[in-house]
Amino acid sequence: MNKILKKRQLSENVNEYVIEAVDVAKHAKAGQFIILRVDSEGERVPFTIADIDRENGTITILVQTIGMTTYKLSLLNEGDSLQDFVGPLGNPTELNEYKNIVLVGGGIGSAVIYPQAKYRHKNGLNCDVIVGARNKSLLVYEDEFRNNSDNLYIVTDDGSYGEKGFVTTKLEALIKEGKKYDCVFAVGPVMMMKAVCDLTKQYGIKTIVSMNSTMVDGTGMCGCCRLTVGGETKYACVDGPEFDGHKIDFMESVNRGKFYREYECECYNRELKKNGKI
Amino acid sequence: MVKSERNSVITRPSEVRVKDFEEVSCGFTYELMKAEAERCINCKNAPCTTGCPVGVKIPEFIQCLKNDDLDGAVKVIKLDNNLPSICGRVCPQEKQCEEKCIRKLKLGGSVAIGGLERFVGDYALQHNPPTPRASKKLNYKLAVIGSGPSGLTCAADCAIAGIDVTIFEAFHEAGGVLVYGIPEFRLPKDAIVKKEIEKLNELGVKIKYNTVIGKTIKIEELQKEFDAIFIGTGAGLPSFMNIPGENLNGVYSANEFLTRVNLMKAFKKGADTPVFVGKSVAVIGAGNVAMDAARTAKRLGAENVYIVYRRSKEEMPARLEEIEHAIEEGIELKLLTNPIRILGEQKVEGIECVQMQLGEPDASGRRRPLEIENSNYVMPVDEVIMSIGTRPNPLLTREYDGLETTKRGTLVVDEQTQETSVKNIFAGGDAVTGAATVILAMGAGKNAAKTIIARANSKNN
Repeated sequence: MNKILKKRQLSENVNEYVIEAVDVAKHAKAGQFIILRVDSEGERVPFTIADIDRENGTITILVQTIGMTTYKLSLLNEGDSLQDFVGPLGNPTELNEYKNIVLVGGGIGSAVIYPQAKYRHKNGLNCDVIVGARNKSLLVYEDEFRNNSDNLYIVTDDGSYGEKGFVTTKLEALIKEGKKYDCVFAVGPVMMMKAVCDLTKQYGIKTIVSMNSTMVDGTGMCGCCRLTVGGETKYACVDGPEFDGHKIDFMESVNRGKFYREYECECYNRELKKNGKI
Repeated sequence: MVKSERNSVITRPSEVRVKDFEEVSCGFTYELMKAEAERCINCKNAPCTTGCPVGVKIPEFIQCLKNDDLDGAVKVIKLDNNLPSICGRVCPQEKQCEEKCIRKLKLGGSVAIGGLERFVGDYALQHNPPTPRASKKLNYKLAVIGSGPSGLTCAADCAIAGIDVTIFEAFHEAGGVLVYGIPEFRLPKDAIVKKEIEKLNELGVKIKYNTVIGKTIKIEELQKEFDAIFIGTGAGLPSFMNIPGENLNGVYSANEFLTRVNLMKAFKKGADTPVFVGKSVAVIGAGNVAMDAARTAKRLGAENVYIVYRRSKEEMPARLEEIEHAIEEGIELKLLTNPIRILGEQKVEGIECVQMQLGEPDASGRRRPLEIENSNYVMPVDEVIMSIGTRPNPLLTREYDGLETTKRGTLVVDEQTQETSVKNIFAGGDAVTGAATVILAMGAGKNAAKTIIARANSKNN
């Protein structure tokens, strides 16, 4: 059992949790993920690590309420415990070889780029950050990014905050302005990562993305999270979660992500009904 | 000598059992057990014992049964086998002890040693005879990585000898393949596996769940805290065929399908963890895991379930009993059939197969399957479960350089001691042999325990 030490609502449906996890925090690095179960009947769901506090032995995750498990999570409060919490899993982000990076986060994907921004800022490595969301209420970690980047660019689809447009609009504008990025690290919804990769391919800029596939064990023994990279099947859990975005078959990943959608909706509605929400 | 026929364990009728996940075999009644025990003629050389990978003293425990001394039978078996209720169920006895039984050919068939062992194992679980503990605790600490059959066995033997044992398990439940792989209807989880693990707790063995060694805790850290390490991480990495269409929705590895159903309880209506069950399911492969996946799919409501295998029935690696049970339950065998492509846009819509014929024997001694030209056809299925084997998980060896491995990724160990290329790190089970049986894994765990106990004793003297 792992205790929730802090819970903070970041936007309408995004919560930040600081979880007591001494063992996980000890070796966790930016880019890795954890798998949790909310209760003894719960499914195993991966979440990327958003922050690590080794001293206090905690791991921070951001959770967007989109289905049954994330809804169950949203009902938990400080002092409550999670049934299971395992990690750190997957490989850490390796971007030290790049000099001039732009980190691109879409929606909740910002949780993944934040520890990288923090790491680079702390170690005197250059990084720009573009954060995008559908609207202002869905933006997360603005202050955190402002304090951990050289330049922060905020865009919203509807223009309710920052510049109006998509992350790709901003990224292309910056490239055209003459920014000499040697690497783009993009994390967000699969279609956003695809759009970023389509763009950067034209400019020949190396692009790394983090794949948030569904998983069961997270240690390579089921193959649920498999995807095609450069024509080869890879496992997001042990070979990733980060891959060269120009080599990924994104449409296959989009399709795989939809496999259980109907069942997930059923379960979500059941939970909502149970709590008198519908 | 009475030429009595072998008694069969009681098996639930296929039309009943295929509707639920309760155990298929009900084992022996007391009367049947007694009748079967009497069939053992206590022959001179006891060849059965040489057929057992852990050397259970079979005629001795059967003698106890003849004398109605069940506690005695438990004692005899537990000298060599800590998990008789499990081995009695999942060991391939027909290829081991029973294969060597003197009654096999001319005297009504081999004594049903597996059934008798199961009877004794279940008795031990229910009547809880006191677990033998070491009189004194040794100042020696053992870390066991993985709580499958080899780890559990090594842990138990070492704990009995007085060693301080901690098991590290990556999942939220202990048992390894016993809980994620083998289905409930062959090996009940609450009634058998959990109880066996409780016994281990009684011996003072600690289990740390949700701990992935190499990730959560590094091998180097374990080396600092523990005198010895036993690696029993199994062969968890599923193989795929690398044919087109394998990443379509509706294609599972047997590992994923079974883990969802067994460990994550997707067989329960409304379970949090989903599993897809098609109308027509093709299971590729013909080992025990393939039978488990096929029979599970049938129980979950699939109308047509096919075992697709490129060789003939004779070469099927599954236990005969499992094949027979599967056929009784309506599983169809599509033999001499090899899939070459999975068809579909987003979901599986069929598999293109080619007919095979058997040629000359290959390196494995089995006749090589050869494609028959222009024999391609499409089998209309909406789910495919790949069950063509597993390899050791490279997660641990990727994180820790010191361990010598083979080309296949298995750990290299000394045959006598089970010690790896690193001193005081031992390994056993599928991580060493590649996918094999529960009993072989237990044998390896036992073997390693012998050396570990000897080292613990010499440290304490």
